[in-house]
Amino acid sequence: MKTLNFSKIRDDFPILKRLIHGYPLAYLDNAATTLKPKAVVDRMAQYYSMETANIHRGVHFLSEQGTLAFENAREKVRQFIGAHKTTEIIFTRGTTESINIVAQSYGRSMLKQGDEILITHMEHHSNIVPWQMLCLEKGCVLKVAPINDTGELIFEEFEKLLSPQTKLVSVSALSNSLGTVNPVKRIIQAAHAHEIPVLIDGAQAASHQTINVSEWDCEFFAFSGHKMFGPTGVGVLYGKEDLLNKMPPMQGGGDMIASVSFEKTTYNVLPYKFEAGTPHIAGVIGLGEAIDYIHSIGMDNIQKQERALLEYGIKALSSVPGLRLIGTAKDKSAILSFILDDIHPHDIGSILDQEGIAIRTGHHCTQPVMDRFGVPATARASLAFYNTREDIDRLTKALFKVKDIFQ
Amino acid sequence: MSALNELYQQMILEHHKNPRNFRKIENPSHSAEGHNPLCGDRLTLSMHLDADGKFLDIAFEGSGCAISKASASLMTSTLMGKTQIETKQLFEEFHALVTGKLKPDKDPHRLGKLTVFSGIWGYPSRVKCASLCWHTLMNALNKKGIATTE
Repeated sequence: MKTLNFSKIRDDFPILKRLIHGYPLAYLDNAATTLKPKAVVDRMAQYYSMETANIHRGVHFLSEQGTLAFENAREKVRQFIGAHKTTEIIFTRGTTESINIVAQSYGRSMLKQGDEILITHMEHHSNIVPWQMLCLEKGCVLKVAPINDTGELIFEEFEKLLSPQTKLVSVSALSNSLGTVNPVKRIIQAAHAHEIPVLIDGAQAASHQTINVSEWDCEFFAFSGHKMFGPTGVGVLYGKEDLLNKMPPMQGGGDMIASVSFEKTTYNVLPYKFEAGTPHIAGVIGLGEAIDYIHSIGMDNIQKQERALLEYGIKALSSVPGLRLIGTAKDKSAILSFILDDIHPHDIGSILDQEGIAIRTGHHCTQPVMDRFGVPATARASLAFYNTREDIDRLTKALFKVKDIFQ
Repeated sequence: MSALNELYQQMILEHHKNPRNFRKIENPSHSAEGHNPLCGDRLTLSMHLDADGKFLDIAFEGSGCAISKASASLMTSTLMGKTQIETKQLFEEFHALVTGKLKPDKDPHRLGKLTVFSGIWGYPSRVKCASLCWHTLMNALNKKGIATTE
C-alpha cells in the first residue's frame, strides 16, 4: 500500500479553499455528493473546450477521438467494478435511472401478477418507488426485510422472505442514512440458492469499498458518478449479458438501433441498445477520470483513512450530551446520522451552516428508516478521505453551541 | 448582530420552548393541516370564528423545527380578536417580510412581534418553515384541506 500525505490531497479539491460565511468549508455531506478533484473538472473542460464532437458515427478526427475517449471510460468502469465485458456496462443518468431501467425493462417483461420483489427496510426511495410503480402496474408484491435497532439487516428474516414467488432481490450495499454495510455476498448467495436474481444498489458503496460484480455474482449493479468524485448526471447500470440481451430497450432513438425503416426497426447490440440518444459524453469521460483518481489514491488508503475518521468521529460525537447516533451497525461506513436532544435537525443544520460546516438534515430519502427509528429526521455528517479531524472537532464544538442556543 | 442571531432570536427560541395556543379546539368552525415535506414539519390549525369572521380562538398542534413552531405560536397569538380583513393584510405583510420585500425599519406595517422573522429571508430553505402556518391558515379560511409548502 502506498502511503499518502492526506493534507496534500486536499489541494486536489479547490473548493476546500473556499470560505463559507467567513469560515473554511468543512464539507461533511459526502453521502449526498462528493467533491470533485480538479483533474475531473479539467478533463471535462478539456472535452468541451478542445475535443467537442458527437460520438459513434462520425468519420472526422474529433468524432473518432471522442468515441475513443468515451469507450475508454467504459473500459475503466468495467475494470473498476470487476465486470467481464464492456457490453455489460450501460451508461445512464445515475443510480436512480439504472434501477428504473431494471424495474421498467426487466420487471415489466419478466414479472407477472403475484410475483414478489424483496428489498430491505434501509433502502433509499430510489430503490423503493420504482418497485412500487412496477407492483401497481403488474400486480406484483413488494416485500421488505426488517432491520434491527442498530440498523443491520436481520439476515434470518431476509432469508425467510425468499420464496418461490420472489423474482427479484434489490438491496443497497451501503445505507446512505445509517452507514450500514450490508453482507452483499451472503445476500446474493442466499438469493441464488433460490435462483433469484439480485440487483445491488452501489450508489454509496462505489466510493468506499472495492466492487467486484464478477466475484459477487450479482445480476445487476447500479451506481452514480457524482458520489464517487465524478460529475452529476452520469451513472452506470451493470447487467449480466444474457439478461440484458433478453430485456427490451427502454427508450427508442438514435444509437440504439441497427437499422430503421417504417416497416421494421432492429435494435443495436449491447450496450448501445440501452443508450438511446447522444449520451452525457463529457460526464462519461469525467467519470473515467474520477476512476483514475480513485486508483491514484488507492481504495485501501481511502478505507484506512475513512475508518480512522469514523472512529474519531464516533468518539467525538459521543462526548456531546444528549446526542444519539442513529445507525450503529458493527460493519459501518463513515456516515454519522444523529439526533440531538429534541432539537430539530434543520435547526442544527442552519446553525452549523453559519460556521461553514455543511451537513445534511432531513429524512435523506429514507422515510421508512426514519419511521423505524421513530424520528422525523436526522442530522447526518458523512465523511470522505479528504476530511480531517479538525472538521470533526469543529462539528463537535458547533453542536455544543447548538445546545447552548436551545438551552 | 450576526446572521445567526437574527435567525434564532431570543423571542423565537422562547416561543419554541413555550408555544402559545398549543392545543386542540373541539368542534372548530375552521381547521386545516399543513405539511412541509422538506423538514417533515406537520401542523394542524383549528379555530373558532364569530359570525363577523373575527377570531374568537385559534390554536395549533404538531411537530416541527424551532422556526415553524415559533411562527405558529406567534401567529396564533397575534390573530386573537383580529378580523378577516386584518388577517389577510397580516398574511400579505408577513409574506413580504420573510421574502425580504418588506423592510420593517422603513416600510409601514402592522406586524408587531412578527417582525422577529425579518432575518429569515437570508435563509431561503427556511422561509417555508416560517410560512407553513400562514399557508395552512389561508387554507383553513378558504375551507381547503391540506396545505403544503411544496
